[in-house]
Amino acid sequence: MKGGAWTWGAYAALLLALPLVFRSGFAMSLFCQAGIVAIFALSYNMLLGQTGLLSFGHAVYYGLGALFTIHALNLAAAGWHLPVTLMPLVGAASGLAFGIVLGYVTTRRAGTTFAMISLGVGEMVAACSLMFPGFFGGEAGISGNRSTGEPFLGITYGPQIQMYYLVAAWLLLSTAAMYALTRTPLGRMANAVRDNPQRAQFVGYDPQWVRFMMVALSGFFAGLAGGLAALNYEIVSAESLSAYTSGLVLLATYLGGIRSFAGPILGAVAVTLMQTVLASFTTAWPFYFGLVFLATVLFVPGGIAGVVHLHKRLWEARLLRRAAPVYARMALPVVVAFASGVVLVEMAYRASAGAPLKLAGWQLDARSSATWIAAVASFAVACLACRWAWRAAQPRWTEVSALIGEAR
Amino acid sequence: MNRLAAAVLVLSVTAIAAFPAAAQVRIAYIDPLSGAMGATGEHGLNELQFAAEQANAKGGVLGQKIEIVPMDNKLSAQESLILLKSAIDQGIRYISQGNGSSVAGALIDAINKHNERNPDQSVVFLNYAAVDPDFTNDKCSFWHFRFDANSDMKMEALTSHMQGDKGIKKVYLLNQDYSFGHQVAKAARAMLTAKRPDVQIVGEELHPLAKVKDFSPYVAKIQASGADSVITGNWGNDLALLVKAARDANLHVNFYTYYAGTVGVPQAMGEAGVDHVKVVSYWNANGTPASMQPLIEAYKKKHGAMSDPYSQALRSAVEFLVAGMKKANSTDPAKVAKAMEGMTIEGPFGPMTMRAEDHQLIQPLFIGTFVKAGGKLKRPAEGTTDFAFREEQKLDGPATARPTTCKMRRP
Amino acid sequence: MELALASLLNGVTYGLLLFMLSSGLTLIFSMMGVLNFAHASFYMLGAYFGYVISTRVGFYPALILAPLAVGAIGAAVERFGLRRAHASGHVSELLFTFGLAIVIEEVVHVIWGKTPVPYRVPASLDGPLFTLYSSTFPTYKAFMMGISVAMLGALYAGLTRTRVGLVIRAALSRPDMAEALGHNVPRVFMLVFGGGTALAALAGVIGGNAFITEPGMAAALGPIVFVVVVVGGLGSLTGAFIASLAIGIIQTFAVSLDYSIQGMSLSRVAPVLPYLIMVAMLIARPRGLMGTRES
Repeated sequence: MKGGAWTWGAYAALLLALPLVFRSGFAMSLFCQAGIVAIFALSYNMLLGQTGLLSFGHAVYYGLGALFTIHALNLAAAGWHLPVTLMPLVGAASGLAFGIVLGYVTTRRAGTTFAMISLGVGEMVAACSLMFPGFFGGEAGISGNRSTGEPFLGITYGPQIQMYYLVAAWLLLSTAAMYALTRTPLGRMANAVRDNPQRAQFVGYDPQWVRFMMVALSGFFAGLAGGLAALNYEIVSAESLSAYTSGLVLLATYLGGIRSFAGPILGAVAVTLMQTVLASFTTAWPFYFGLVFLATVLFVPGGIAGVVHLHKRLWEARLLRRAAPVYARMALPVVVAFASGVVLVEMAYRASAGAPLKLAGWQLDARSSATWIAAVASFAVACLACRWAWRAAQPRWTEVSALIGEAR
Repeated sequence: MNRLAAAVLVLSVTAIAAFPAAAQVRIAYIDPLSGAMGATGEHGLNELQFAAEQANAKGGVLGQKIEIVPMDNKLSAQESLILLKSAIDQGIRYISQGNGSSVAGALIDAINKHNERNPDQSVVFLNYAAVDPDFTNDKCSFWHFRFDANSDMKMEALTSHMQGDKGIKKVYLLNQDYSFGHQVAKAARAMLTAKRPDVQIVGEELHPLAKVKDFSPYVAKIQASGADSVITGNWGNDLALLVKAARDANLHVNFYTYYAGTVGVPQAMGEAGVDHVKVVSYWNANGTPASMQPLIEAYKKKHGAMSDPYSQALRSAVEFLVAGMKKANSTDPAKVAKAMEGMTIEGPFGPMTMRAEDHQLIQPLFIGTFVKAGGKLKRPAEGTTDFAFREEQKLDGPATARPTTCKMRRP
Repeated sequence: MELALASLLNGVTYGLLLFMLSSGLTLIFSMMGVLNFAHASFYMLGAYFGYVISTRVGFYPALILAPLAVGAIGAAVERFGLRRAHASGHVSELLFTFGLAIVIEEVVHVIWGKTPVPYRVPASLDGPLFTLYSSTFPTYKAFMMGISVAMLGALYAGLTRTRVGLVIRAALSRPDMAEALGHNVPRVFMLVFGGGTALAALAGVIGGNAFITEPGMAAALGPIVFVVVVVGGLGSLTGAFIASLAIGIIQTFAVSLDYSIQGMSLSRVAPVLPYLIMVAMLIARPRGLMGTRES
């Protein structure tokens, strides 16, 4: 997906141009958050997608990277000289160090065993964070000021837009580095170890060594993301190490698509939007979160990147026009089912809180049974319509998929 | 499909943000509204909205109405900072928050930096429940106002009450293992030794926050130590499970707590806590003056629940805000902050003063016991109908005040 | 001496409660190799169903009805959700249960609210059973211990002595062969998943009123259950039993002992000990204490 100078150029141009289109401080913060999660998710995919290692404790490297960076920031304020622009490297270095230490211990096994070890290690480090407030800052965390030191070419990192360009620059560099890694022998062997560890062993590579290297390098980039987070929020607290953060990056990566290199970036953007923007619209956002995740696992295992890739192949094979009737048939039932489903969920949440639901000018009372019956009925009808439409559209879709399969 | 939806969402949000702020006094409420602490946050939101409605019914302030903008921070400090930026973008100049000193600390820091970098867009922080003493001591800020008694002040009140009880001979300290728990233990030890040197502190224990399901090992230790009283800052399930385990093991101690009245705890304690659990609070539900009854009834009617004792500080905050704006004749945060300093307002239980040197509200505090409702105790405890808190002692504002190390930098 | 005895008793009780929780997960984990992240969520559902049924009908009927209801839900989840995810591999199954846990918690929020519900111990089981020195041991805890041991006995007998048990054990170690011999292995999977979730629900009915029933209970107990299953070993019920007792006793004694390592008292570290044990076990002996296979 990300091949060729054009794609890279477009990527860089997009990152440069975003703040010119969306100017508000809120949008700037959103982009920074998405960018940081993107680096984090890319590092996670080095383990999950490329090496086949499912980890439930990846936030350890991220959180520790953030902590070391914020301590370095405070040291810089006390006189120790390191430009703020290079501070994320402190996080990266600590992520690498912990990746080496913890990686050596945890990569003896793979598969579910590795996942459980990572869970255990993650829980332990998270528990330590509250017990050792001196380093970890306890519940209140450690705060710092990223405008310390002398301005470099007039850049103080006070305004959010300067922070954004810092994140964008590091994002570009990290993406390039991680992409380059996938082209090296190590990257290729990681894929081999993922697909068939025994065969990789026969070829002469020690799977444990390969896994260990990938964990260490993945820790490097996760620490880098953590360092940027420390600079962005100017505070690091126990939540950076928590199981929640580990779960979040897993979600973001999987949602974006683990088989594609750029998938995690898309997933990071989607998850950030869901968390921040969706949450401001409705308190039912965790439910939607869970549903989106379930739907992805069941129906779209390739994630967002998988969907994009599929349509790219359709485009290349000039089959879009053939496939169009499928979309035309499914569009209306799906939209209606989606809308009535949303109304149902929102009403359920309102009913427990007792507040009315305002939707596009209408006011629906969550306590009246009439509204409920109407909503349930419309949802049921729309679902049935979906099934009926799919049955009608399926032959065409099977035909198109088979054609793509051939045109490969 | 996802990306298109995302783009639409982002565009619509930025479009909303581009609209000029209406001429209203808006207070952003940044607290958890979903997830585990969502119930507590919702209670606070209800109280704040109710207080705003009351103020608007009396004509608002300077011809403007007060509007509350709820923002769900999911108990995350980082999320709160993003919401703060969003609030500032929308032109909101007053922020209220209370659940979690970690979040409060992050907000204070961010607001200090923002006000320094943008002096004409300053923001004031109304803290209604984050009790870390640092916020009105070493980390005090001109822009931060605390309307709840801080944890040291509450310990002062508790230990004053314990000072008079000669039946207390051995005290055990059991707390949650994080900064708040550490602070409670430290303050308890210092103040008890000062006030009652004859009392022996027979044990001090820290347990992980919200992780322990079975408190019987801890109860066994308390029993073995021979303590007759336990001081604990535990809240939520940690407190309820502790009290239940104590009853199960037939442990006869009195619990001196901070948060026995919080959402869910009275219900979970039930019979187990009767006559054994004491709490320090600034809100005495069964001691409210006659003038407040219509208000309490109105709230009960609207929300179907008793006023939350831990969110009443929001009502005080709104009162101070309105009074401050009237005194400064302006809604500009810098002027209002100056006006609120040193102001005294008559509260339901006595005068409340916003101390100028550290922006800590000095108000009366009560010690209460968890008992069966009935008779004169008409207002039951949160979430229950059979249990209530009975007032044991009242301390007037000045008796609860503590010295401060705040060296406030004023703009 | 009193403290030591009390701690032993408490440790055994806690361990048996852990076993109640993890027996179902051991079955599912051994059977399908899928770590059911939503196992604690079914525990929570069992507690809430138990609350609803015991307030309407009674506690003792709830002991039977609630697990049945949740077991049915579990079977449906397996049939319509997990089986589909199974086609995409182990990671997908895991992630499916992950998403399921989130959704179940939200559903509980909507139906029952975010605050604890007043699910109380029934009056017939409330009160002290016997007095040990100066502290009492509640009857309800003895009831919990009894059910837990009965669960172990029934499961063991069921798996080794009945025909269904034989088929399950065959499908555990040699699924292809069992299917080749004509057994409906997918249906067995569904039954086992439903059975596992029903066991979790039973633990919920019993544990929900002693420990508070609220939406956060799943997230609080989830991780420790994995520790027990992993330490005990895949495919071994006895291993899970021994592991739960061991962890229960170690954790309780860690709290009671006034021992400090370099200023950090052991009791502060106590709840983290299970994870330490799990990591150590996974590094040294990934099969677990008595596991029959490594995943």
